[in-house]
Amino acid sequence: MIEIRNVQKSFGSLSVLKDISLQVKKGEAVVIIGPSGSGKTTLLRCLNLLEQPTNGSIRIGDAKLHFHEGQSIKRQFLMELRLHTGMVFQSHHLFPHMTAQQNVMEGLVTVQRRTKAEARTTALKLLHKVGLSDKADSYPYQLSGGQQQRVGIARALAMGPDVLLFDEPTSALDPEIVGEVLKVMAELKQEGMTMVVVTHEMQFARSISDRVVFMDQGVVVEEGKPEQIFDHPEQERTKQFLNRLNWL
Amino acid sequence: MDKYINLFIDSLWPLFKAGLLFAVPLTLISFALGLALALLTALVRLSNIKPLVWMARFYVWVIRGTPLLVQLFIIFYGLPSLGITIGAFPAAIIGFSLSVGAYNSEVIRAAIQSIPQGQWEAADSLGMTRAQILRRIILPQAARVSVPPLSNSFISLVKDTSLAATITVTEMFQRAQQIAASTYEHMLIYCEVALVYLFFSTILSAAQVRVEKYFERYVVR
Repeated sequence: MIEIRNVQKSFGSLSVLKDISLQVKKGEAVVIIGPSGSGKTTLLRCLNLLEQPTNGSIRIGDAKLHFHEGQSIKRQFLMELRLHTGMVFQSHHLFPHMTAQQNVMEGLVTVQRRTKAEARTTALKLLHKVGLSDKADSYPYQLSGGQQQRVGIARALAMGPDVLLFDEPTSALDPEIVGEVLKVMAELKQEGMTMVVVTHEMQFARSISDRVVFMDQGVVVEEGKPEQIFDHPEQERTKQFLNRLNWL
Repeated sequence: MDKYINLFIDSLWPLFKAGLLFAVPLTLISFALGLALALLTALVRLSNIKPLVWMARFYVWVIRGTPLLVQLFIIFYGLPSLGITIGAFPAAIIGFSLSVGAYNSEVIRAAIQSIPQGQWEAADSLGMTRAQILRRIILPQAARVSVPPLSNSFISLVKDTSLAATITVTEMFQRAQQIAASTYEHMLIYCEVALVYLFFSTILSAAQVRVEKYFERYVVR
């Protein structure tokens, strides 16, 4: 489904990703963990091209792009790859001037050129899926943080992506409402959605993931099954990180 | 005393009529054209096309840095010597629109830049084009931020239309000058015309409250 090869990303002289290679299979949930500044969010943003890698290649489904330093890629090709992905942001980034339903409809109407009626039906179905049928006509400011994030998930799902990307989806939420977002994500996983999740929720990472990737200082330090990473990490840096979280 | 009251009543309609015929249409037309120009200038300045950016900056620099009165004189009295003759009313429209465009391009540019980057990214991640993002996501939000400063400019414009008197438009202020000259009642007539301006600017700016209400429907109060 996803194949990342030798991806590098630099901001000026600062090298954030150093030669990352990673594969995600269809239906797989991969969780990326690591300390702040490890490059995990940048890697996720490279996957839907909010950041363009400096070097390397990314393949998602049948769309593939090669990146070379100093070479820009036509927006049209970026779009092709991007449309295979859906992104859920840390601070949701809902459109504040649109209701929950309009937020979910937006991509369907402007990008996929569906009729309003069609888009409305899809939007209501998706809002029902994330447990917000009764909030369709609410504006984002009228929703709680957890509800806003679930609308964000519905908005990303609406475009029918092959893979959903989550950038610390619960980091900005109060602890007691983290659960409702994680529940929706677990349901999506059950249904076979391919997911790449950057998170600090170790308990959740462990329960939902098929594979855990530990990143530090722009490289993949260790990856494997959750039991392996969380219970028997091999690398010293992984142990240190989990220790600091009182996990080991 | 009766004399003053009669003069006041007799001159009220001519002044009011001049307002309806000139101040109001001058304001509405110039503001509409000026806003379109302001939006265009703001978008150009936010683009990365260097020559266009320089042109936009030059335009804003010249218009903001010179008196509106002088600009009106150049358009109406100056251009004919280059073979371009423009009627007084259209000349006033051009002058006012250029002025509104220059000042408010900065308002609109700031409003667009005040919209968080995350809005662009979220729309980007849905696959929207730049034009779609601007039209559907950014401008509706920027419009809300712009209403109060744009209203300021709108009310200024109502009063600035009095400058059109200097390029032979027989608008309200010129009518007032004519009446004052023939009756020698300067104090009375100029206070009266001030009241009529106050009336028109109050009516026209009452719209601001409604527009703000409309845009605030999605904001926490």
